[in-house]
Amino acid sequence: MRDGGRPLAGAIGLSVRIGKTLGKDFSLAAEFEAGAGITILFGPSGSGKSTLLNCIAGLIAPESGHIALGARVLFDMAAGVNVPARLRSVGYLFQNLALFPHLTVEQNVKYGLAKMPTTMREERTATILESFRIAQLRGRKPNELSGGERQRVALARSLVTDPMVLLLDEPLTALDALTKSEIIEDLRGWNASHEIPIVYVTHAVSEAFALGERVVVLDGGRILAQGTPQEVLNAPRHEIVASLVGFENVFEATVQSVSESQGTMNCGVGGSEVILEVPLAAVQPGEGVRVAIRAGDIMIANSKPVGLSARNTLKGRVMSLRREGVTVIVTVQAGVSFEVHMTPGACQELMLEAGEEVWLVIKTYSCHLVTRKSDEQGLE
Amino acid sequence: MNWSAIALTLRLALVVCTILLAAGMPLAYWLTFTRWRWKFLAESVVALPLVLPPTVLGFYVLVAMGPQSPVGRLYQSWMGHGLPFTFEGLVAGSVIYSLPFTVQPMAAAFALVDPTLINASAILGASRVRTFFRIILPLSIGGVITGIVLSFAHTLGEFGVVLMVGGNIPGISQTISIAIYDNVQALDYTTANHMALLLLLFSFAVLSILYSLNRRIWAVWPLHR
Repeated sequence: MRDGGRPLAGAIGLSVRIGKTLGKDFSLAAEFEAGAGITILFGPSGSGKSTLLNCIAGLIAPESGHIALGARVLFDMAAGVNVPARLRSVGYLFQNLALFPHLTVEQNVKYGLAKMPTTMREERTATILESFRIAQLRGRKPNELSGGERQRVALARSLVTDPMVLLLDEPLTALDALTKSEIIEDLRGWNASHEIPIVYVTHAVSEAFALGERVVVLDGGRILAQGTPQEVLNAPRHEIVASLVGFENVFEATVQSVSESQGTMNCGVGGSEVILEVPLAAVQPGEGVRVAIRAGDIMIANSKPVGLSARNTLKGRVMSLRREGVTVIVTVQAGVSFEVHMTPGACQELMLEAGEEVWLVIKTYSCHLVTRKSDEQGLE
Repeated sequence: MNWSAIALTLRLALVVCTILLAAGMPLAYWLTFTRWRWKFLAESVVALPLVLPPTVLGFYVLVAMGPQSPVGRLYQSWMGHGLPFTFEGLVAGSVIYSLPFTVQPMAAAFALVDPTLINASAILGASRVRTFFRIILPLSIGGVITGIVLSFAHTLGEFGVVLMVGGNIPGISQTISIAIYDNVQALDYTTANHMALLLLLFSFAVLSILYSLNRRIWAVWPLHR
């Protein structure tokens, strides 16, 4: 596809450092780099993800900062540079796709190639229609397409111009799992043959895991964490990250004793008698911490287990059982309410019922200490 | 039937519509997309003819065209004669009078175009002009046609401004509505009735065509989303 006039110039990284006031008490201040490949921009709605994308695309001007693609400066407040959107060579897949409703699939895809010689334009359009399996739809209008087809047309339209960076704003939210995985495959295929940064905005953990080589977590206009998905999602130091990435159990605990030689602390859970051993952190006895535990990391035993390496065995009572797909969600009251996930088979074997007394088994290292939102600055 | 008045009125309406299409569309575009903080003032000025008595509007247009005003003097030195009581003067007055009827349906239609489509067009490398002609105009064509047709129909039937600015000179500034007034003054009710009926039927036909083309279109006041 890279037959245009532009030299390949190797991998071009996107670097972003911007500040923008968006309201009385909301401002965006973010700094991150995205190399070739998929970078997930992850955060709840209203966290500033879309604004950040719009700043990169040139649809909104930040108030300060610097945006560059490799050596090419797209925005620089100090130097007075602000390249208009139409000259930025950015591909942008909008959340609502923004297909032109009065143009056919083919006209939509061609739209960005206006300045290209006709033969080249036709050739390029035909190739991309083929490769996105939408050639047979070329004469249709967007309202005659299915959701997945529309998605592929929009993706083809933003990629046919051979952008230097691709921005995707929650592009798969509305799709079913099968269509989703097909489009993820299309995107991966493109990614393999085109060395450009792809910034993918999502609030779905599954997409972050499926796609991302790098994750940037954004909330309240600030970047809370960045790194590989494993780094960010497995060791969520922020409560918001924890709840976002599926730590079903996040609760308050009070540090009662610190054992530096063991690298552990004992915490009272939720003001109750229950004591939980957690990894050491820089806090003093008497201070409060937040603990995050994945529902799948907690085991249930119907009699007090012995001879385990796990340090925490908490006595509790089953409050409710609920089946969701192939997962049984058990709620256990043990100082605080714990959510535990297990397979239906395991649940049957234990013959669990509501009201029953059980033991929760939790490894020390399954207890992640997270930062409260309000303490962010203090612990950063 | 006063055929010279009918011909003059049609000619006036056509010229006014052409000028309004050329001037009103950019104005509507600007009013829709500008982020100028005093935009509401411009909106009010454009809408003034809707609420002002035509005589008041006509009076100020007349004064503005007169030999005492810079505009009047400039025109006089260019053309060798003044604007008032000429066909050109009539056109100028009618353009101002019908401006809101062109601008408001257009601005309303432009504002209804999904802004992400405009953004998408820019991202795909299109200039503002290309975005306007390829995306905004086709998607708001109903509003543009409405604006043109309404200002045409409105110009056909105007009275006050025409009388103030153009006087009542047959063949130069006597339009249908003024001719009807003349006939009634002369107690010639039959001729007045024929002319009035013609105007009534024509206006009805225009509006019927408009509504059959586009059911969502308002008739009088659209402006805000």
